[in-house]
Amino acid sequence: MATALTGADRRTVLLASLALGVAVGVFGVVFGVGAVSAGGSVAQACVMSLLVFTGASQFSVVSVVASGGSTGAALGGAMLLAARNTVYALALSRVVTGSLLQRLVAAHLTIDESTAMATAQPGAPAKRYAFWVTGATVFVCWNVATLIGALAGSAIDPERYGLDAAFPAGFVAMVAPHLRHRQGLAAGAVAAVICLTLIPFTPVGVPILCAAAAVLIGVLRSDDPTELQPMAGALDAEIAAGGNSFLGPNQRDERDLGSAL
Amino acid sequence: MTWGLVLGLALGAYAFKFTGLVVIGSRQLPAPVERCLGLVPAALLTALVVKDTFSSGDALVLDARAAGVLVAVIAAWRRAPFVVVVIFAAATTAAIRQLS
Repeated sequence: MATALTGADRRTVLLASLALGVAVGVFGVVFGVGAVSAGGSVAQACVMSLLVFTGASQFSVVSVVASGGSTGAALGGAMLLAARNTVYALALSRVVTGSLLQRLVAAHLTIDESTAMATAQPGAPAKRYAFWVTGATVFVCWNVATLIGALAGSAIDPERYGLDAAFPAGFVAMVAPHLRHRQGLAAGAVAAVICLTLIPFTPVGVPILCAAAAVLIGVLRSDDPTELQPMAGALDAEIAAGGNSFLGPNQRDERDLGSAL
Repeated sequence: MTWGLVLGLALGAYAFKFTGLVVIGSRQLPAPVERCLGLVPAALLTALVVKDTFSSGDALVLDARAAGVLVAVIAAWRRAPFVVVVIFAAATTAAIRQLS
């Protein structure tokens, strides 16, 4: 598996990560606009993208704050979403080695996209290269786009352009791969019911936190652990072909990540 | 939005990544814990979709957002790229608002 990296390999990875970067950039602009519309400052939007750097958590904060939820509720939901990066980082720890400083930086760049690109490569050197290139590209695109969106934010009426629907639509695209296997679909359905039931009766943000209880379905043994594998293969092919799906990375089950690395 | 929220989330988000990459390294977590962690996006993102589509504050509502999100669901199901999903949804909602 110790495949040497050729120039062609590097170009393929570079092109795929640039394509991902552009897609992430579009999302970053939407995030910047949303953060400012939710009452954040341009500086808060930018600092969040620089330091938090995990899109789903950032969107969930903006979503909860925009609808009047408390700081605790916003933080709780975002932290739960950020927890999956631990699983990604665990899987990556087998290929992203180096000095402590390198690993500290690598930890910050551990997100859906960099993990997926790394796991799609054949050998350890290629995985390492893809991780760093994708992480850096997405980091730059996400932060530049956040700044653009935040600066434009106050000049844009989100409802006029349907941007209030862009948020849940973004979540739909992010969650779709997670609902393509039975346990994910069950967890999503239970979470939706919990959330809808609680919205009229609890403070804003609380339904989201309570909906997280749906993950306890995972305590049950997955009845068919192989059902996700064709998906993961399809994803790898898609990324190799240019990575036109920003959300593809979510398509893999975290247990696949471990074994793929 | 407060700075405490921004910086608290920054610390927390980094702590999760740091824990996986530097602290635990390649040690395995118990399988049920990993399965539950793996289901977090499915549960939370679905709840966020429902909330952002059907609620306004603590009221359940049905408005132009629902049409946009329905289009998003169809597009995502057909594996449209992320950008397409978002643009279709926003355009649908904006168009319905223009017409009504």
